[in-house]
Amino acid sequence: MSDTAVLLPDQGQTRKTGRWLYAASVTLLCAWVIVPLYFLLINTLSAPETVNSFPKSFVPEFDLGSLTFFAGFQGMLTALKNSIVVAFLTMVMSILIGAPAGYALSRFEFRGKEAFRLLILLTRAFPLPLLALPLAVMFIRTGLDDTAFGLALVHTTLAIPFAVLITFSLFSGIPVELEEAAWTLGCTRLTAFTKVVLPLILPGITASAIFAFVISWNEVFAAAVLTIENRTLTAFLLQTLGEAPLHLKFAGGFILVVPALIFIFAVRKYLFAMWGIANR
Amino acid sequence: MAEIQIRNVAKCFGSYQALHDINLTIADQEFMVLLGASGCGKSTLLRIIAGLETQTTGEVWIGGRRIDHLPPKDRGIAMVFQNYAVFPHLTVFENIGFGLRMQKMRNDEVTRRVTRTAELMHIEQLLTRYSGELSGGQRQRVAVARALAMEPDVILMDEPLSNLDALLRLEMRAELKGVLAESNTTAIYVTHDQVEAMSLADRISVMHQGRIVQAASPVEVYRDPAERFVAGFIGNPPMNFLPARNTGAGRWAVANQVFDGPDVPATALEFAIRPEDVRPADEGLEARVRLVEPLGAHLLLTCDVGGAMFRAILDSDMTVRAGDELKLAAMPDRIRWFDPDTSLSIA
Repeated sequence: MSDTAVLLPDQGQTRKTGRWLYAASVTLLCAWVIVPLYFLLINTLSAPETVNSFPKSFVPEFDLGSLTFFAGFQGMLTALKNSIVVAFLTMVMSILIGAPAGYALSRFEFRGKEAFRLLILLTRAFPLPLLALPLAVMFIRTGLDDTAFGLALVHTTLAIPFAVLITFSLFSGIPVELEEAAWTLGCTRLTAFTKVVLPLILPGITASAIFAFVISWNEVFAAAVLTIENRTLTAFLLQTLGEAPLHLKFAGGFILVVPALIFIFAVRKYLFAMWGIANR
Repeated sequence: MAEIQIRNVAKCFGSYQALHDINLTIADQEFMVLLGASGCGKSTLLRIIAGLETQTTGEVWIGGRRIDHLPPKDRGIAMVFQNYAVFPHLTVFENIGFGLRMQKMRNDEVTRRVTRTAELMHIEQLLTRYSGELSGGQRQRVAVARALAMEPDVILMDEPLSNLDALLRLEMRAELKGVLAESNTTAIYVTHDQVEAMSLADRISVMHQGRIVQAASPVEVYRDPAERFVAGFIGNPPMNFLPARNTGAGRWAVANQVFDGPDVPATALEFAIRPEDVRPADEGLEARVRLVEPLGAHLLLTCDVGGAMFRAILDSDMTVRAGDELKLAAMPDRIRWFDPDTSLSIA
């Protein structure tokens, strides 16, 4: 660049220091996140004996012993299956409820629209432990306790604010003229939606669904309170954490973290969109 | 036959009245331009005809059928939008064929019609592309082709050229005129660009504050503005206005001169003349030149006549400088008179 040539020496120095500081902070932040994940990975891919021995190795052995043990552990696979079922139900319900709300927010003017947007976020501010006891009582009365559907309902409540806000920003990104053009070209409101709007937001809807999945997948408190027999993986691991051997904890942690990580990475663009930050 | 009748249409947005009692008849195959500044209600009127907006009161008839209660798809219209509204997830081919597919038309018929309209709009080489791979001008062509492929009774256009750059706009304007003249459709075209309106229209409806102030041929709108607003809106620069005082017997004193005018009892009128309808002469309005702008073929003068601003367009072979005193003679048959109270033209 031509402007670097005219820089005074001390300016160049300042810039260099700044850049060094920047790189250091980035490295530190990355290490903060990656190092624990790396240990998790090593221990998961090591034989149970290595996990429990000392000193620790810094390279994985690629031994599937821990994972095999995990898969064979009593109740673990059922818990994994429960987690998937609950997360799937949450995903479907939060999109079915959240996407129409997002559409309404972006396309229609109504009284209290801003208040509605704020209130939706505020549901997240309400502490779950406070709700858990009355919920448990109510669930027992209605027979929803200890069912995948009941837990999915609670998780849907947690996921809906995000589903609404993500789909709101998706719908807002689609010019209303596209829909109007479709209407003039022979579409009803519904066919215009299915033929024009839906294909355009499908990737975003998928992302929003995956995010709902992850929210349910990671949730532990409601799962631990509201299920007894049909525990999800998080609740099951929490329960067995005390007495379980170390390599089981690692393997369980790994199984929990990896899908969440992959999914969040896949949908990161839409999470930024939710807060109005442009991608890149 | 697709004559459009707009009967007593009014539109309110809350307490704001966007359209006041609009009555307009557009003949079959006529090219009607709705012209006005932004916020005058021209787009609202177009959207009411399209069915994208619902009128508060009034009726809309197309081809002898009342259509104001029908959804857009049942009105026999096609629309071209300002921002093109080309569907980004479909190819150009599928965009043009979109409406035909919605009518469940046979595949070979869709192909035939899409190919034909694409050729008409010179985009046959773009049929496999997506909107993201097109330039603004190409997208506009796709949007027009998509509307034409429907073979609608009425084609509605909402500022279709205003997002294009100046040169492209000129080119598309001429092309649109040709294509639409051949298609035998009735067209309503919304624009704020008076040159565009002049060049395209069979008839121009000039709109102002939610009313149609004049609906007439381009030349008539230019030469015989029905209202002072039209005179001051059309033309670049627009008409000059000078106060006129009644001296009796249809004679009116304007600045330092006396003109023959309408024989009405009013004590004061407004004298109006277009800048190009004055000539330097030995006798005429005394003008002090404030500013000279050479425009190539012409000189645009901004002068002071009797304390009012007055513009004149003269031949560029004249040598005039700021500060000069000129006498400008107004061509008698080009002088128009307006009532200062009603703003209406007085014949």
